[in-house]
Amino acid sequence: MRSRHLALFLPLAMAVPVLASCTENTDTASGDERSIRVVSDADSCEVSATEAPAGTLTFDVSNEDSQVTEFYLLAEDGLRIVGEVENIGQGINDRLTLNVPAGKYITACKPGMKGDGLRADFTVTASDEEVEVAADEKQMIDTANTNYLAYVQDQTDQLLAKTTEFVNLFKSGKDDEARALYADARVHWERIEPVAESFGNLDPLMDLREADVAEGDEWTGWHRIEKDLWPADAKGYEPMTQKQRVHYADDLLKNTKKLDKQVDGDLSFTVDGIANGATGLLEEVASGKVTGEEEAWSHTDLWDFQANVDGARVAFEGVKGLLETKDPELAVTLTKRFDELQKLLDTHKSGDGFVYYEELTEPQVQKLADAVNALSEPLSKLTGALLSRS
Amino acid sequence: MTKRTVSRRTLFAGGAATVGVVGGFAAAQAFEGDDQTTSGTASYAFRGAHQSGIVTPAQDRLHFAAFDVTTDSREELIALLQEWTEAAERMMKGGSAGPIGPTEGDSRLPPDDTGEAIGLPPSRLTITFGFGPSLFRDGKGRDRFGIADRKPDVLEDLPHFPADALDPAKSRGDLCIQACADDPQVAVHAIRNLARIGFGTVSVRWSQLGFGRTSSTSTSQETPRNLFGFKDGTANVKAEESSAVKEHVWVGQDDDPKSVWLAGGSYLAARRINMRIETWDRQSLSDQEDLIGRTKDSGAPLSGGDEFSEPDLDLPGRDGPVIPVDSHVAMVHPSANGGARMLRRGYNFVDGNDPLGGLDAGLFFIAFVRDPAEQFIPLQTQMAKSDAMMEYLKFTGSALFAVPPGIGRGEYVGQALFT
Repeated sequence: MRSRHLALFLPLAMAVPVLASCTENTDTASGDERSIRVVSDADSCEVSATEAPAGTLTFDVSNEDSQVTEFYLLAEDGLRIVGEVENIGQGINDRLTLNVPAGKYITACKPGMKGDGLRADFTVTASDEEVEVAADEKQMIDTANTNYLAYVQDQTDQLLAKTTEFVNLFKSGKDDEARALYADARVHWERIEPVAESFGNLDPLMDLREADVAEGDEWTGWHRIEKDLWPADAKGYEPMTQKQRVHYADDLLKNTKKLDKQVDGDLSFTVDGIANGATGLLEEVASGKVTGEEEAWSHTDLWDFQANVDGARVAFEGVKGLLETKDPELAVTLTKRFDELQKLLDTHKSGDGFVYYEELTEPQVQKLADAVNALSEPLSKLTGALLSRS
Repeated sequence: MTKRTVSRRTLFAGGAATVGVVGGFAAAQAFEGDDQTTSGTASYAFRGAHQSGIVTPAQDRLHFAAFDVTTDSREELIALLQEWTEAAERMMKGGSAGPIGPTEGDSRLPPDDTGEAIGLPPSRLTITFGFGPSLFRDGKGRDRFGIADRKPDVLEDLPHFPADALDPAKSRGDLCIQACADDPQVAVHAIRNLARIGFGTVSVRWSQLGFGRTSSTSTSQETPRNLFGFKDGTANVKAEESSAVKEHVWVGQDDDPKSVWLAGGSYLAARRINMRIETWDRQSLSDQEDLIGRTKDSGAPLSGGDEFSEPDLDLPGRDGPVIPVDSHVAMVHPSANGGARMLRRGYNFVDGNDPLGGLDAGLFFIAFVRDPAEQFIPLQTQMAKSDAMMEYLKFTGSALFAVPPGIGRGEYVGQALFT
C-alpha cells in the first residue's frame, strides 16, 4: 500500500471529484460534442468548443508550453473548482472526465501553475443525459470523512491501551500472557495500517518483517518481539536479555504513542483517500497474510487478515451511500464479495480468535486467496467510481 | 532477393552454405544476413574482439543457464571450454552441436546433436560465456583451478539488498551461458546441447527462459515493454554509442592489474525479479505512471516530450516535482546517479504460476557493465531502499559473472584467463 494513495491533509478543493489520467489520446471523435479538446500554451488556452450538452464530458488537455500546466473547470463564480487536472508536462496529454449538469462555467489553463489562468466562458446546455447531482452529496462526503476519522482515532486509542499492557507483560517476563495478547493488540494496528503507513517511517519502525530489514539496519517493532515470544521456529535463536526486552518494548510503545498523537492531531480524510485505504488493506492481505509471511513466528496471520478486512469493510461502508448514487452495481458486487470473504474466514474461527496459519491446508489457503482476489479486483474500481462523476 | 536457407543439416554436411566468418579480431561482431529484422537466416560470428550477445541487437528469446563445475581438474575445465567453443561456433552458424550431426552418425550411437533444431535457420543465435566468483575460489575457499590470483576485486557475490528474497537454487554459479535467438527452440537447443557436452565436468545449477526482450540495445530497435506494460530501459547504452559502450561496458586494460585477461570483456549482473502482477494490475493508470515516472502510452517522461526526451527530475509540479521523487525513473536515471549507465539486456519471464494461482512472472534482468561496484550495486541499493516500484517487486535470483573478451582464430573462450 502506497502512502500516496491516502490523500491526507488536502485542501477542500482537492476533494472535488475528478478522474484524471495521463494518456496519449489523439483520436477523440470529432463528432462527439461531449469530447472537448484543450490545447494549453504559454499564452493561449484553446478550447475546441464553448458549449456542450450536460452529461459526462471529457476534456482532452495537451500542453505545448515548456512549463507544466494545469486545466480547470470552474463554476460560474470562477472560484469553486468543478474539476481539474494537474502536472501536465510538455507534449503530454491528460484527460479530465466528469459529469457536468447544465449551467454556466469557466475553463482555465494555468501554464506555469501560476495566477488565475487563461480563462474562458463555457456553457453546458440541458440534455436528456443530465444527471441530477445529489443535493446531499457534499454532506455524504463530509459524513464519510468524519466517521472514518473517528474510527481511526478509536482504533489508535485501543492500540495504545493494549500495546501498553502488552509491553508491560513482555518486560515483566509474563510470556504466556503476552502471547495471548499479541494478536489481539495488533488487530487495531492492522485495521488502520494504511494510515500508519502515511506517517513516513513509523510503519517500518513498528511493523517491519525480518526479511525486509536492510543489512546493517536495526530491526525493531512488533515482529522483533514476536520472534522472542515464539522462538520455536527460529533456528539457533538467542533469546533477548532483560535489557534488550526493555529496549524493544519501550521503543514500540514510544512509536505507538507517536502514532496516536499524529492521528489525534490535525488529520482529515478525502473519499478517495478512504477508498484507497480499503484497496491498500486488501493488498496487505494478498501480499502478506494469505501467504503466512506476516506472522512468521506466531502464525497468527488470520487475526491480521480479519483486521485488514475489518478496516477495508469500514472504509467501504463509509462511502457506500455515495457509491450507490454513482455505481449501484459495484456497490452490490462489493457487498456480496465482502460477505463471501467473511463467511469463508468465519469457517476458520476458533474460540475468540482463529486457527494458526500452519494449521490451514493448501486447498483452504487457495480458497482464501481466491476470495481475496474476487474482492480485490472490483474493489480496485472503487476510487475511480467515487470520483468519476460529480 | 533470394533468401539463403542455412539449415543445420546442410551446413555440417557440405559446408557450401556456410556463412563467412570474420577472421581474427573484427571491431564488432560481424553480422551475416541481409535483413536483421526479418530474416531468420541471419547469423553472427562467434569470434571477434568482444563476445557476441552483448551489443548485438537484442534478440527476442533467451535461455540462460548457470553451471557449477564438478571437477577439480584445470585440464578438464579447459577441455570443456574448448569443446564449448567449437560447439557454440557451429551452432551460431546454424549448424549442429557436435561435428557429426543429429542423424548423420552411426545409428548404433546416440547422435551428437539432439536434433530439435533440424531445419531451423540460425535465428541470430548468440552464445555468451561468463565466469562466476566461485570459479576462482569455491565456497570452501579453495583455488581449484589455479586462477584465484586473477580474480578481479569487483567479481564478488552481490551483497544482500533490502527486499531480496533470494532462492539459492536460482542464484550464483561458477559459469554461465547466455543463449539468445529469435526462435526459442534455437536458444533452448543451444543450452541443452552445451549442458550435455558438459556432463561430468559441470552440472546445471539453474536456468531461465525469457521472452519479449525488455531492452533495446540498438537505436534501430523499438523500446519494448515489460510485464508492467511500460517501456523499459529507454536510457540504455546502445551499440551505436561507441564511446558510451567503451566507457560503460567494456573492461579496460588498466581497470584492475589482476584482470588484464578481462580487458575487452564485461561483467554480467543477473537478477530474477518477480513482479506482483495481480496487485500491480489493480493500480490506477495515473498511479502506475507516477510509480514509473513515464506515461504508459508513449513512454515519455512525465516532465514532457517524447520517449527519448531527457526527464526533468526537478520540474516543479503541484505537490513536488512532476516526476515523483520516488518514481522508478527518478531513482535509476543516469542523471540521478552520477551518470552511471549500463547496457541492459533483460527478458520477460513467466514460469507458470505460484501455489496461490498468481503468475510466477517478472523480469529476468541482465545488465552488462564495466564495473559492477560503480554502475550496478549503488543503483540497486538506491532502488531497493527508495524506489516506490519496489512494493510490486520481489527479487528471487541473483548472480554476477565476468564475461571474458572475444577470441581470435584457434583460441577458446576464456583462454586469456588460463594462459
